[in-house]
Amino acid sequence: MKRIYVKEEWCLGCHLCEYNCAFANSGMTDMVKALRGKTIYPRIQVEQDENGITYAVSCRHCKDPICVKSCIAGALSKKDGVIEIDHSKCVGCLTCVLVCPYGAVIEDGSGVAQKCELCMKNNCGAPACVKGCPNGAIVYEDRGEAE
Amino acid sequence: MKKYVIIGNGVAAAGCIEGIRSVDPEGSITVISAEQHPVYCRPLISYYLEQKTDLQRMHYRAESFYADHGAEVLYGRTATEINADTKQIVLDNGDSIAYDALCCCTGSSPFVPPMQGLDTVDNKFSFMTIDDTLALEQAVTPESRVLIIGAGLIGLKCAEGLHSRVKSITVCDLAPRVLSSILDDKCAAMMQKHLEKNGIDFILGTSAKEFCGSHAVMQNGTEVDFDVLVLAVGVRANTAIVKNAGGNVNRGIVVDDACRTSLADIYAAGDCTEYHDISSDTVKVMALMPNAYMQGHTAGVNMAGGEAAFDNAIPMNSIGFFGFHCHTAGSQPEGCEMYEETDENHIRRLFVKDDKLTGFMLLGHMHRTGIYTALIRNQTPLSSVDFARLKIEPQLAAMGNAYRDKVLKGAV
Amino acid sequence: MNFYPEFEVVRNDSRCIRCRVCERQCANEVHWFDEDGKVMLSDESKCVNCQRCVTLCPTRALKIVKSDCRLRENANYSDQTIKEIYRQAETGGVLLSSMGNPNPLPVYWDKILINASQVTNPPIDPLREPMETRVFLGKKPDHITRNADGSLDTKLAPQLSLSMPVMFSAMSYGSISYNAHASLARAATALGIYYNTGEGGLHEDFYQYGKNTIVQVASGRFGVHKDYLEAGAAIEIKMGQGAKPGIGGHLPGTKAVGDVSKTRMIPEGSDAISPAPHHDIYSIEDLRQLVYSLKEATEYRLPVIVKVAAVHNIAAIASGIARSGADIIAIDGFRGGTGAAPTRIRDNVGIPIELALAAVDKRLRDEGIRNNVSIICGGSVRSAADVVKAIALGADACYIATAACLAMGCHLCRSCHTGKCNWGIATQRPDLVKRLNPDIGSQRLINLMDAWRHEIKELMGGMGINSIEALRGNRLMLRGVGLTEKELEILGISHAGE
Repeated sequence: MKRIYVKEEWCLGCHLCEYNCAFANSGMTDMVKALRGKTIYPRIQVEQDENGITYAVSCRHCKDPICVKSCIAGALSKKDGVIEIDHSKCVGCLTCVLVCPYGAVIEDGSGVAQKCELCMKNNCGAPACVKGCPNGAIVYEDRGEAE
Repeated sequence: MKKYVIIGNGVAAAGCIEGIRSVDPEGSITVISAEQHPVYCRPLISYYLEQKTDLQRMHYRAESFYADHGAEVLYGRTATEINADTKQIVLDNGDSIAYDALCCCTGSSPFVPPMQGLDTVDNKFSFMTIDDTLALEQAVTPESRVLIIGAGLIGLKCAEGLHSRVKSITVCDLAPRVLSSILDDKCAAMMQKHLEKNGIDFILGTSAKEFCGSHAVMQNGTEVDFDVLVLAVGVRANTAIVKNAGGNVNRGIVVDDACRTSLADIYAAGDCTEYHDISSDTVKVMALMPNAYMQGHTAGVNMAGGEAAFDNAIPMNSIGFFGFHCHTAGSQPEGCEMYEETDENHIRRLFVKDDKLTGFMLLGHMHRTGIYTALIRNQTPLSSVDFARLKIEPQLAAMGNAYRDKVLKGAV
Repeated sequence: MNFYPEFEVVRNDSRCIRCRVCERQCANEVHWFDEDGKVMLSDESKCVNCQRCVTLCPTRALKIVKSDCRLRENANYSDQTIKEIYRQAETGGVLLSSMGNPNPLPVYWDKILINASQVTNPPIDPLREPMETRVFLGKKPDHITRNADGSLDTKLAPQLSLSMPVMFSAMSYGSISYNAHASLARAATALGIYYNTGEGGLHEDFYQYGKNTIVQVASGRFGVHKDYLEAGAAIEIKMGQGAKPGIGGHLPGTKAVGDVSKTRMIPEGSDAISPAPHHDIYSIEDLRQLVYSLKEATEYRLPVIVKVAAVHNIAAIASGIARSGADIIAIDGFRGGTGAAPTRIRDNVGIPIELALAAVDKRLRDEGIRNNVSIICGGSVRSAADVVKAIALGADACYIATAACLAMGCHLCRSCHTGKCNWGIATQRPDLVKRLNPDIGSQRLINLMDAWRHEIKELMGGMGINSIEALRGNRLMLRGVGLTEKELEILGISHAGE
């Protein structure tokens, strides 16, 4: 299955992926309207290590998703390999935030949880972080499945 | 074709059904459901009161869940007896059901300590089930004064749920602080302050001595008038049916990592069990939703002949009130060191012992806390990570290059 | 003395989302976020107009414009002239510049027009008919020779085979980044053309691209050793460079770090100063010695290129080179780029490549030695049309570098000498170098060359010509516009309408 992977050797730490993500999932057609004056809650987060190396982290769509198992509302599920969240069911208990070992589920600013759904539910067509990365540091490709 | 029977219809039962079907697509599954509702997760009831969800959306799984998984549910039935020798269970209507593998997901029940005059109170409720909740909803009006006995997870979530529907809420607890089972004094004080700011009143360090109609008198002499009483003192694991069948039971049904009880072909999962907490290396009842599902799933896989173990259980809680959250996990074993960072609106307390993170208490904005939880669950030696950075915030950057490469460059 | 900045940062605050990408991406530290006012602020005085922020701004909230703050108008003393005087009065230093001469001197390419067939000599459709863009660079035999048994003597001098008549010209590792070199090397290999190491040696990682590498030997002899010479497909002796004829190169010590110093075989942090002359070359005979030394060292397997800047008596110089044993002459015109050159030299020394090329080709033909050498034309070849015109003027192939840099992301801000290239090309700062992902850089170079190849074929097809061979020196295919008799005479072309 295709997933999002990072090539940290090419990550510039520009954080554009975070903004492209927030915009792609805003449901709006204009980035300014979507993001200006707002705190963004992107589903992908840029980290920086002690050597200044940066890279973006988003949901791994893991084989054994503890977030799905932990969701009290049954809002998280895995369909065709993609872990998705039904926002209408989420009550914002944030248990998923507490259990995700990658820190990839985040609160969306309105009290409910959100996570990368590979831009399958928005109008982006392909993951916005990948499309918008200026240096090819985020790729969407099939690297097989976990053992 | 194997016959599977599950007593109970909560989240552990749902996990069990999914666990069975991940191995055996054929066998018959019978679910004994005391409640008339398809599986839902109990903690949702406070969100129902708060109108963040409704009866439809509360369903833990899709409407077609049981049909899709080939499970038959006997609604409104309870199991009264297990005969482990003949591998049969008896229902409250006298029917017998044979099983090849049985899973007890009997959950827990509210525990009400003896209190004088409780029988004189008309409007008193537990807060465990949908039916409790619907009854409570009927009873409250915008003019209601609500007294909640118990400032634990259930009592406080009930308070939050009722908050906008009633006139006043008073919560009392014998313990001197709120959420005494998961928070220490300092964290509890911050949470209490937040709750008080939102209009919840507290009477702590004392319990109700006696009731008279709609009047309560506390041990310390405080008197409270109320219209609705909610009893949320605590819960007890429902262990009787296994105990009576000769199974090993302490405070909960004793199960191993495979979720087997001491009786052959009888498994147990969820709030009715006690099991090993790796963060404190003790056995305890950890009535927690994520663990219930994982136990149920583990039991299901093993019942169907697969192999699964739930061998890294830890207590953990994500709870929030009026937008202010608290995440706790693990334990604070004797002799542990604490790292703390705090300001007016947040607390970060990490507990460390023997080069391991054993637990944490976090209040405020919750961000990526699962990275900490994984450290406890995986018992990661802190000398192998950059703990100084982790203390500042949870981040994969502190977990070392090898780990980062593993989780970010390949499928996990 | 403070000047009003040359550029102004115009930020449309109603579009700015405070993502701070401009701040993070500006090595010149023009932009910053003011926490108090929650606004982006900028210091234009540091801006070099590299357009990095403009390009990456996701909401197009930024533009960089030329400041209209001007000194009192003076047709003689321009703002630029006056400010340069101020700067020199302040520093006492030689002014440095980067990239090619930007001054409005004649661009002869733009005054030459290409022919097309109509009616009598039908054009060729490159989509339907074969069109040969391959060229071979090296000495060609003047006539057929036969062996003792009467068979044809097919032994040729070593040749470079190019899938199209364009190569990436010399840019040293040091003046440009590891990733820029990687992009050039990979693209050259994929395209079946060549790139050139420049005077910086060859990083060990790039030996694998040796079949498509021209290794350069310049006056500093930096990075030259036996393995280096043998690693490439040709050896280029750099006598001069179009951007700075008559002087050597200068890589500041700040760029001679890590692998750069190792590859150049110089101590880390030391300035790499190439002398103006090769200290062993003061005549064509001396040059011949070096040509043959290099051939000897590589067992006559590799063609030797001699690169010279286009200067006044270029035709005579080329004639000498053609007799020195060199296989190829590269001529670099005065608009050629550089990573750093003294401004006065860059802007005032040398001659246009178009005139130099025409003069050289004519001279070699006149002397009957044109087949002794192939000619490479460099120094601002900007498009497929320039390539076609160069070939028709007599070149065998063209060198491009500025166009290649542009393909890799360069925005011609002409600040290479600061070492803070925001596009990861002319820098050695690791955080900036990584901005050029060679996967992207090489692909863009390949795309550019693919596009040019198509255009070259179309232009040739239009003329009814189906091979570079048939276009070379075919000046009948060119006409001048707005040129003097003298210019036309040197170019060897007729005026449009003739």
